[in-house]
Amino acid sequence: MGDKKVYRVLIGKPGLDGHDRGAKCIARALRDSGFEVVYTGIRRTPEEIAMAAIQEDVDVVGLSSLSGAHMELFSEVVDALKKHGASDIPVIGGGIIPEEDIEELKKRGIKKVFTPGTPMEEIIKTFRELCENK
Amino acid sequence: MSNHPKYKEWEEKVLSKVLARFPERKKEFKTTGGLDLPRVALPKEIDDEYLEKLGFPGQYPFTRGVQPTMYRSRLWTMRQYAGFATAKETNERYKYLLEQGQTGLSVAFDLPTQIGYDSDHPMSKGEVGKVGVAIDSLADMEILFDEIPLDKVSTSMTINSPASILLAMYVAVGEKQGVPREKLRGTIQNDILKEYVARGTYIFPPRPSLRIITNIFEWCTKNTPLFNTISISGYHIREAGSTAVQEVAFTLANGCTYVQTAIDAGLDVNVFGKRLSFFFNATTDIIEEVAKFRAARRMWAKIMKERFGATDPRACMLRFHTQTAGHTLTAQQIDNNVVRVALQALAAVLGGTQSLHTNSKDEALTLPTEDSVRTALRTQQIIAYESGVANSIDVLGGSYLVEQLTDKIEEEAFSLIQKIDDMGGVISAIEAGFIQRQIEDSAYEYQRQIETKDRIIVGVNEFQSKDTVKVPILKIDKEVEKRQVERVKKVREQRDNSKVEACLKRLEDAARGDENLMDPILEAVKEYATIGEICGVLREVFGEYRD
Repeated sequence: MGDKKVYRVLIGKPGLDGHDRGAKCIARALRDSGFEVVYTGIRRTPEEIAMAAIQEDVDVVGLSSLSGAHMELFSEVVDALKKHGASDIPVIGGGIIPEEDIEELKKRGIKKVFTPGTPMEEIIKTFRELCENK
Repeated sequence: MSNHPKYKEWEEKVLSKVLARFPERKKEFKTTGGLDLPRVALPKEIDDEYLEKLGFPGQYPFTRGVQPTMYRSRLWTMRQYAGFATAKETNERYKYLLEQGQTGLSVAFDLPTQIGYDSDHPMSKGEVGKVGVAIDSLADMEILFDEIPLDKVSTSMTINSPASILLAMYVAVGEKQGVPREKLRGTIQNDILKEYVARGTYIFPPRPSLRIITNIFEWCTKNTPLFNTISISGYHIREAGSTAVQEVAFTLANGCTYVQTAIDAGLDVNVFGKRLSFFFNATTDIIEEVAKFRAARRMWAKIMKERFGATDPRACMLRFHTQTAGHTLTAQQIDNNVVRVALQALAAVLGGTQSLHTNSKDEALTLPTEDSVRTALRTQQIIAYESGVANSIDVLGGSYLVEQLTDKIEEEAFSLIQKIDDMGGVISAIEAGFIQRQIEDSAYEYQRQIETKDRIIVGVNEFQSKDTVKVPILKIDKEVEKRQVERVKKVREQRDNSKVEACLKRLEDAARGDENLMDPILEAVKEYATIGEICGVLREVFGEYRD
């Protein structure tokens, strides 16, 4: 076995949204690319997601929301990580997110936001870079 | 036309009766160039295979359609799914859609309503009024249908776990308008099984959920005989990534579960069977979709007759609503979505749908604006009035390709249903993760094809363009949540709280026993008990399901 580090990431679905096709596809693509992936399942609170990220000692958190609640929920995950002293874990997100919300999400600490149609490769690359730079 | 005795029998026994009640829209139907269009084109020789597999429209096994005249008498119901912000804004959108020629309403509820939380519950934060309208109590429902006469429209409500509560509210609003419950027409989705595998708005575990559904079936046959008590939905299974075959198989398997549960509870399949309805997806793959709709009709007819012993043909009919495929809409070059939706809507009409929702081009980005919804509705009207496909029945029937695919989908879907039966039924298959895994595998494969360009999505992985067009966006103001939270608090202050408590206690007792829950829910609703309170009582008794 090589000693190449295996990166651990968490894919979370905050809020009440049940659209998990994208989240599950990304979780699986990340696994196929050698990541260890923790998928939370749907309908988790931001607090639950932050706690899971800390307990599982992940390198990056990826959030998905398609219900329009991303503004509140994504930033609450960032805040919850900060509250528990884990602000070093970068958070990225994706879903049905209008262009004009992306800047504001970045201001609130979301490192990167992906919208529909983004190639999987690009998403995986972002996860990898964030893991490496952590 | 044909001289075959079976055709003559159909003309006399089935067609003439319907024609007497629902005359056709025109005396004769012709092509643009003036050629006569037959009601339904038939093969030159009608043989036993034809009669067994296809038959005539409005007759078992209903492959060619559920009514003998189909759209020649009445076009499908054009029903745009809509709801956002509060009851007031949504009520205005409904009135607009009705003015534009829409013929039925379809209510989208926000996620807190669908999951049984009041707008001021901590889990509701950020979600109030976002994907649909926020309804906390009868007070909101009264505003939602203000100035919309419930004896004139039919209303479909996309509500599952709390379907009993929203139906009770609808009945209560009807009473206030002076419309007796027997006259109310519409549909509640009420299909919990697909929530566990595809849509996610479950509250209670499967078994108590099935009990509530059976209670609704029973109550509706006595109280709201014109209401469709369930809309067994493949739509969301397909959106979650399934194939067409899986969509049919899992939907009909869920249907079997509801029918068996109701039969076990002592209900008559010939009575409740007539009020079951279905809901499917229409993607851009027109031919496969048409074959899918035809196969689903034939399969359900066989299932109801052979498996459940239904003898009334109307209990064997698969009547369905269709929505165009949300997952095919792209955020890139959104005008292309208008074309996708038109093809998908055409597939639904060629497949014989009873009602149709066409998506708006901007839905890959946000909720649709009024302008884009109008174009989506116009798309249906163009198919209905300009294309000519509504002037003859099952116009692709008899195509070698369509018939072969219809047979193939039936065969494969039946074998998948058999697999589920062998596992002990749908609930066991869900508990084992079988259905979820099947859907995930198909979704992943579809995505892989896009990544490798085995599947071309115009504007996404091929034919991209750099120009970015600014898209007008319908945004839900933050104030909406604040206002709705204040509203529900006010409702709780102004009602008679001792009556509410008594109603909730009665509901709890009924839930712990085996009484039908509908009457206690209706009483609670009329006293302005909130959805959160009613679901709270049921959560206490039944427990909660977790993914």
